[in-house]
Amino acid sequence: MKWDEFFVTGEPLIYGAMVSIVLVSLAILFGLTYYKKWGYLWREWLTTVDHKKIGVMYIICALIMLFRGGVDAIMMRAQTAAPDMKFLDGQHYNEVFTTHGVIMILFMAMPFIFGLMNVVVPLQIGARDVAFPKLNAISFWLFFAGAMLFNISFVIGGSPDAGWTAYFPLASIEFSPTVGNNYYSLALQISGIGTLLTGVNFIVTILKMRAKGMTLMRMPMFTWSVLITCVIIIFAFPVLTIALLLMMFDRIFGSQFFTMANGGMDMLWANLFWVWGHPEVYIVILPAFGIFSEIISAFSRKNLYGYSSMVASMVVISGLSFLVWAHHFYTMGQGAMVNGFFSITTMAIAVPTGVKIFNWLFTLHKGRISFTTPMLYSLAFIPIFTIGGVTGVMLAMASADYQYHNTMFLVAHFHYVLIPGAVFAVIAGFHYWFPKVFGFRLNEKLGKTAFWFIAISFNVTFFPLFFLGLMGMTRRTYTYSAETGFGPLNMLSMVGAIGLAIGFILLVYNIYWSTRYQPRDKTGDPWDARSLEWSTPSPVPVYNFAVAPEVKGRDAFWFSKKNNEPLSNEKITKIHMPSNTGKPFILGIAFFFLGFFLVFSWWIPSIIAGIAVLIILATMSFDRDHGYYIPVEEIVQTEQKLRGDTV
Amino acid sequence: MKIDASQPLEYGTEENRNRIFGFWLFLGAEIALFATLFTVYFVLADRHASGPSGAEIFEITPVLLETFVLLTSSFTIGLAVHAMRLGLKKQMMIFMIITLLLGAGFLGIEIFEFFTYVHEGVTLSTSAFASSLFTLLGTHGAHVTFGLLWGTAILIQLKKYGLDHSTANKSFIFSLYWHFLDVVWIFIFSFVYLKGLM
Amino acid sequence: MFVIFTLLLSGCSSLTVLNPKGPAARTLSDTIIFSILMMIGILVVVYVLYIFMLTKYRARKSNEGYEPPHEEGNKWLEILWTAIPIVIVAILSVVTVKTTVAVEKVPEGYENQKPLVIYASSSNWKWHFSYPEEGIETVNYVNIPTNRPIEFRLYSFGPITSFWIPQLHGQKYAMSDMVTKLNMVADEPGSMLGRNANFSGEGFAHMEFEALAMSPADYEEWVKDVKDTAPELTQDEFNKLLKTEHVGRMTFSTNHLEFSPPPEGHHHGGDSNGNEEHQGHKELHPDPATTEETEFDSESNVNPDEPLPTSPAEESSTHQHDGH
Repeated sequence: MKWDEFFVTGEPLIYGAMVSIVLVSLAILFGLTYYKKWGYLWREWLTTVDHKKIGVMYIICALIMLFRGGVDAIMMRAQTAAPDMKFLDGQHYNEVFTTHGVIMILFMAMPFIFGLMNVVVPLQIGARDVAFPKLNAISFWLFFAGAMLFNISFVIGGSPDAGWTAYFPLASIEFSPTVGNNYYSLALQISGIGTLLTGVNFIVTILKMRAKGMTLMRMPMFTWSVLITCVIIIFAFPVLTIALLLMMFDRIFGSQFFTMANGGMDMLWANLFWVWGHPEVYIVILPAFGIFSEIISAFSRKNLYGYSSMVASMVVISGLSFLVWAHHFYTMGQGAMVNGFFSITTMAIAVPTGVKIFNWLFTLHKGRISFTTPMLYSLAFIPIFTIGGVTGVMLAMASADYQYHNTMFLVAHFHYVLIPGAVFAVIAGFHYWFPKVFGFRLNEKLGKTAFWFIAISFNVTFFPLFFLGLMGMTRRTYTYSAETGFGPLNMLSMVGAIGLAIGFILLVYNIYWSTRYQPRDKTGDPWDARSLEWSTPSPVPVYNFAVAPEVKGRDAFWFSKKNNEPLSNEKITKIHMPSNTGKPFILGIAFFFLGFFLVFSWWIPSIIAGIAVLIILATMSFDRDHGYYIPVEEIVQTEQKLRGDTV
Repeated sequence: MKIDASQPLEYGTEENRNRIFGFWLFLGAEIALFATLFTVYFVLADRHASGPSGAEIFEITPVLLETFVLLTSSFTIGLAVHAMRLGLKKQMMIFMIITLLLGAGFLGIEIFEFFTYVHEGVTLSTSAFASSLFTLLGTHGAHVTFGLLWGTAILIQLKKYGLDHSTANKSFIFSLYWHFLDVVWIFIFSFVYLKGLM
Repeated sequence: MFVIFTLLLSGCSSLTVLNPKGPAARTLSDTIIFSILMMIGILVVVYVLYIFMLTKYRARKSNEGYEPPHEEGNKWLEILWTAIPIVIVAILSVVTVKTTVAVEKVPEGYENQKPLVIYASSSNWKWHFSYPEEGIETVNYVNIPTNRPIEFRLYSFGPITSFWIPQLHGQKYAMSDMVTKLNMVADEPGSMLGRNANFSGEGFAHMEFEALAMSPADYEEWVKDVKDTAPELTQDEFNKLLKTEHVGRMTFSTNHLEFSPPPEGHHHGGDSNGNEEHQGHKELHPDPATTEETEFDSESNVNPDEPLPTSPAEESSTHQHDGH
């Protein structure tokens, strides 16, 4: 392979990106060396097994990926803002919408959710950490390796270009000969393994490590949503693992699963992809529902309405999510009866979702609603998501879908579901739990300004797309002629996209501003909230709870405050903690290189990297480190320092 | 670390119990994984294009041998766990070694079987059927291979550190894994070979 | 408000999907408008409740000391907002199944007519239309007679594409290993845009074609004209054409079905539609088809190396003007 094939060449945008990547990397290396932060980085972050820090790292990655996916989005909107635009060519546009989809779902929404999950779930159930802290670090570093591998395709070898769904035969070596789709299969595979391990880890954590007295039906709703999500992960992600494995075999080893000759079956890919792909949507949406439940309840100063039906509806949604995959391709010619079945199962999902919407509305009922930034996102979610929901029901009708399928109507629908559903949720959760992790709130004024930019611009961007769809504009079309009449609405959408960009920039600026100027929170409970995580001091000490709390009902912390009863009467004893380890990080690096070498079919280096992976796993197995104890005096000192009072 | 003496060694600490429970969940994911592979195989089983079908290439003798060897190894790992419960480290290690040797034997026959197929002109790229056959068998075989490495690592740890909460826990989890591979093989034997030969 | 909205939607002729020119698309358009109205009803209920809650229960200076009550929920209310959506979903399910069955079949009122079969196949970023009955073939445009059922049989020489003429019917996939079918009728003459709706690679954006509905008499004349004047499509030329990324319109007096048969009956098609025997069209239309095929079979051997013509595109456009 020649060097000009190895690096992506010929595009000024990409040269710019290469230069900026090199400059930023050098700046980071220089900064770390100049300020002597290498040791700090290694000790406090790269080797950490603390669920809070792992959560923070997930969220930082997710924010960076949000930026990358957002730039992709702006480029797409710019290219289609007016008829016959010449900003991107067809190939480049195809790469951009492919990476936009993959990054936003798998490397932005999921890690953001996982980040919040990591930070919050152990605290909400009164645990010291997750069940398997080292495994948790492995999950993160595998995700990170996958994300880096996927992003590097931008400058080395070329990005995938067959859509985030990578339908065969388009994604086969015959029609997509660059290594782009090799990156797709390997990067998703590596981060997918991490996701599966997270699923196992959190089910064990939630089922086995709850505080005394916290029965399942006393768990906070976010924890419930994470539990159900992890069950979905366990059954859905293996399907993706196999689909990606077969894809890799087809592309790299010449197998015939999805090919056009020798009995291959392109429809099999579509089925496998969506058997995973539809539950995947609920993997990002259900925790979002959990976050909204927490926030709406906290800022209405009321318990969550219809707790049991909230849980039941999530269980029903998770079950149905495995029975609807064919609604992604009603138009494959499988006949009216099959389509009818999938239409009904799909529409049935609207029932439990509707139950949730009404429960949230009645949580507000008779409440005392304060409009904080996290609450604003949660409240905006209800009307906007309902539009996404009802258009989802419209798309579920197989006959009508023959006209919506593959059009901008569909694009509008799923952005109306995923942005208020997942993105608003993670931003709301980010603002809500930020003080728990860092000890100060984000500025409310900046936060609200950003909110209004985002909420209004979102609708300006995506509402016109419903009409463009009905006008016959197909998705993934990089250009159109003036006669189509698509121009004005696309231009309006571009205006909205700029507004969204401003909103997100304000959001990031708020982090910077608040870090410098916001007053520190000494209470640990700045929102006067209800669940156990707020009973700890902020920032949360490494051991989470000085004494393990005991729970007598739902909203335990709220009632402990109201009735002036402490959550535990036990004395402080020494706390057992797991030791830090650098092996998960090194394992991530090994997996990155294994994936990278396989992308280019460099066999000898691949085998070496594979052996490295096995050796690292073996050394982890031989590890006899059983952690360490934090003595009582140290705990007492920490608590006094953080709370500014005696324990 | 709280130790519960009323439980068997491998369940003795909270961490141990969590690990075993977590591994059961992981096996749940493995079931989903193999179920997907079986589905792929069933969908593609008749699509052998110009290449041979299953009935033309399957031979019952090596498959019966593989089945016998793997089923026996499942029995011996059971004996190893039984010995572990009785605290008999030496017997336990002997049974584990027998298990691993039988596993290696299984793998040897499978590799021989693959060579026969390739010799008959059936490779990964012959047809959709061949691709799905090799991938299903290969994924199972890769699991066995990983099991051999893992089992060896546990044996060394048993030798080095003796039988304690940690090594007992690992051995027990390994036995779960090994039984699982056996169950998967029974499905392969029934639904790939026997069905293919019929 | 609903009335205004409906008028707005259906009156706005630029919304192609809601501006049907045939019974199948009309059924779909009606279904869509029905569902939109129903969904607006749901939205209104949610929005009214939402605005009520937000205005009535917002925190004010005046209710500073107010402590909200503890409410576990209300069994009857929760049953209510489970039951009503179930009823709505049930109604929509009935509509969906009925209309889905309806649009898969030959449109109502046209069952007795013999359908005109047209094979539409995609390659790279173009569409080939083969008329087995007439023995002709066009590229990137399709002419059809009005008020006669048309049965499009779809397949692909490459990635999955989706055949879509929004004003006549919804879309359906064209795939390489099976043939899918789409039944439609155009009930008024006129030109409509058709395209591939499913992303299929670099040239996807330009993968459009014109569907021109014309009166049966004009259609007959056009077919006759094509047979008399258009060049033949040889196998070599067809293979060359398959490799070409984009072409304009083309017209041929023979078609590719003989030397490159569609993937019918090779594999299961998922339903009875796809299970037809190879070259089933012969059985359906024995007389014209067989004569036609023997005719161009012998003809195609006469001139195997005819160069790729550019003139048919121009020719066909003149025909269209004649047709109007």
